[in-house]
Amino acid sequence: MQEDKLSSVPTLPRLPKAPTGIDGLDEITEGGLPLGRPTLVCGSAGCGKTLLAIEFLVRGIEQYGEPGVLMTFEETADELAANVASLGFDLPRLEADKMLRLDHVHLDRSEIAQAGAYDLDGLFIRLGHAIDTIGAKRVVLDTIEALFMGFPDEAVLRAEIRRLFRWLKDKGVTTIITAERGDGTLTRQGLEEYVSDCVILLDNRVIDQITTRRLRIVKYRGSTHGTNEYPYLISEAGISVLPVTSLKLEHKVSDEILSSGVPSLDEMFARRGWYRGSSVLLTGTAGTAKTTLAASFAAETCRRGERCLYFAFEESPAQLIRNMRAVGIDLQPYIDQGLLYIEASRPTLNGLERHLVTLHQLVRDYQPRAVVIDPISNLVSVGSVAEVRSMLTRMIDFLKISNITALFTALVNGRHGQLELTEEGVSSLVDTWISVRDLEGIGERNRGLSILKARGMAHSNQVREFLITDHGVQLLDVVIGPAGIITGAARLTQQIQEEAQRVVRQHEADRRDRELERKRRMLEATIANLRTEFESVEEELRKVSDEEQGRLAALREGRVSLAANNSPGYLAPSPNTQP
Amino acid sequence: MSPTPPAVPEAPAYELDLYVTGATPNSTRALRHIREICEQYIPGQYTLRIIDLYQQPELAQQAQIVAAPTLVRRQPLPLRRLVGDLSNREVVLAVLGLDDLPPYPLP
Repeated sequence: MQEDKLSSVPTLPRLPKAPTGIDGLDEITEGGLPLGRPTLVCGSAGCGKTLLAIEFLVRGIEQYGEPGVLMTFEETADELAANVASLGFDLPRLEADKMLRLDHVHLDRSEIAQAGAYDLDGLFIRLGHAIDTIGAKRVVLDTIEALFMGFPDEAVLRAEIRRLFRWLKDKGVTTIITAERGDGTLTRQGLEEYVSDCVILLDNRVIDQITTRRLRIVKYRGSTHGTNEYPYLISEAGISVLPVTSLKLEHKVSDEILSSGVPSLDEMFARRGWYRGSSVLLTGTAGTAKTTLAASFAAETCRRGERCLYFAFEESPAQLIRNMRAVGIDLQPYIDQGLLYIEASRPTLNGLERHLVTLHQLVRDYQPRAVVIDPISNLVSVGSVAEVRSMLTRMIDFLKISNITALFTALVNGRHGQLELTEEGVSSLVDTWISVRDLEGIGERNRGLSILKARGMAHSNQVREFLITDHGVQLLDVVIGPAGIITGAARLTQQIQEEAQRVVRQHEADRRDRELERKRRMLEATIANLRTEFESVEEELRKVSDEEQGRLAALREGRVSLAANNSPGYLAPSPNTQP
Repeated sequence: MSPTPPAVPEAPAYELDLYVTGATPNSTRALRHIREICEQYIPGQYTLRIIDLYQQPELAQQAQIVAAPTLVRRQPLPLRRLVGDLSNREVVLAVLGLDDLPPYPLP
């Protein structure tokens, strides 16, 4: 019935769009750039404006069969072709195929003098000719602002540029116009005034010596679009924008339970593990066996025959394998079987978004069922907390949508016990949160593990001490002392004390049992005596009774014979004669 | 940059191309102005080609034409471009290197 209601709503006409074919950009723009209209791409130097524009053309040709015209005002055709050749864009071939037309507009102020009124009809004709000869559907004007360098009369130029955009619209070509970013304005020459359909801003920021590139759609008339700043990368395959944040929380969920790889840890969860596709956060101070727990989970995943992707930001694969082998977790066979893939790199090697792209690529190539990131807190060194959070959101959402179980470890600050990042950013994103920490007692450190949250199932509230043994992680039973749970040596002391007490109690109990036994035996002896006594009395009485019977019988016999001899009526038998 | 060659005329010393866009007012004015200037200053020493971009649009790219009308001085070198309807005679003369020459009396 819900669907009926929905289907009765007439579908609104959608703005026709020209897909760019650029990774991720079509998702943000919900289909591409406005078809047959100009789009302004602005940004500071080195943002990749030209590259984005060229990729738009090349993808348009290769994927959508739409010929394109590239009019450049800064670089010559040869320079451009050489620049993008490394990305696999073969501009000369496309030109030879009559799918692309390059036109470099050479402008040299020193060669041009102005003497009277003019217009830019020459440019119009040139562009129009290029479009018409190959039937172009897409046009790129790379930094049309260069016109302002070439021609002195700004008023004429502005009028002409306005006319140009109008003319391009009338021609029905989808156009990208690139422009340099100005001080406090989107473009140096205020071109955004003329392009009202779609404006995309590229940004290139260096924060703490690490460059991050961002893309934002400033406006898109007649269409909804993603409004955030999206990181993008210029990689070997061109530009890829990362619109990974799922705007809707509608991923499917699984009811399947996965083991953590530590049986006693599983028992702390009501359902003996966590859900497939959920995200698990493992926080702890330094040296609290986060990596060991993570490796246990990775090994468990592989043991089930599922692929696991392990991002190690602190250790090299060889070191990780060696260290885990020392605690009885042998990862090497899984690597040999191709079930485990360890991607080890220093977080600072790449910007945050590159990590995200790497994750995407590896997940796409490798199709793992579980991903371990050890640790995510290291990424903080790459970006600000807010950036890391937004990246993790993207990462977690991406993994959730793919129904990949994710385990993240995070180092927390020992003094405060909590990390801001974990506290604010990630905790709301993860489904299960396990905390490992030091339980520092008198002269020793022990490790304690507790579950802070587990969405969708009941869990133990205990802080469990655990040991790292030759056979992996082992949780110990809870020992409650006079002042709460106790660990380590105190636990041993307590156990010894308890044992001593138990022995004493056992002795006491044994003694009591023996006493009872003795009593029972005494009682039984007494009972036997009494019974014997009773039997002799009974015997005596029976003997007496028998004698009495015999005597009476003899007496009666005597009387009968007496009566028979004398008068029979004299002595009638009398009932009263009995005693 | 080589200086403008000496003004001693060697016929035809001046090779001029005028790119126009049909019979638009600017184009018409430019044509009139350049003819006047040439006849006045360098009669018999110049060739003037008139190119209509609407008729030969491919030439716009070859000659790097952006604005119209555009006058290109191909000879003498260096190449100079002059945009506009050429109504500003001083600029035209300066760019063409004719400002040192005395004008011939108009017929």
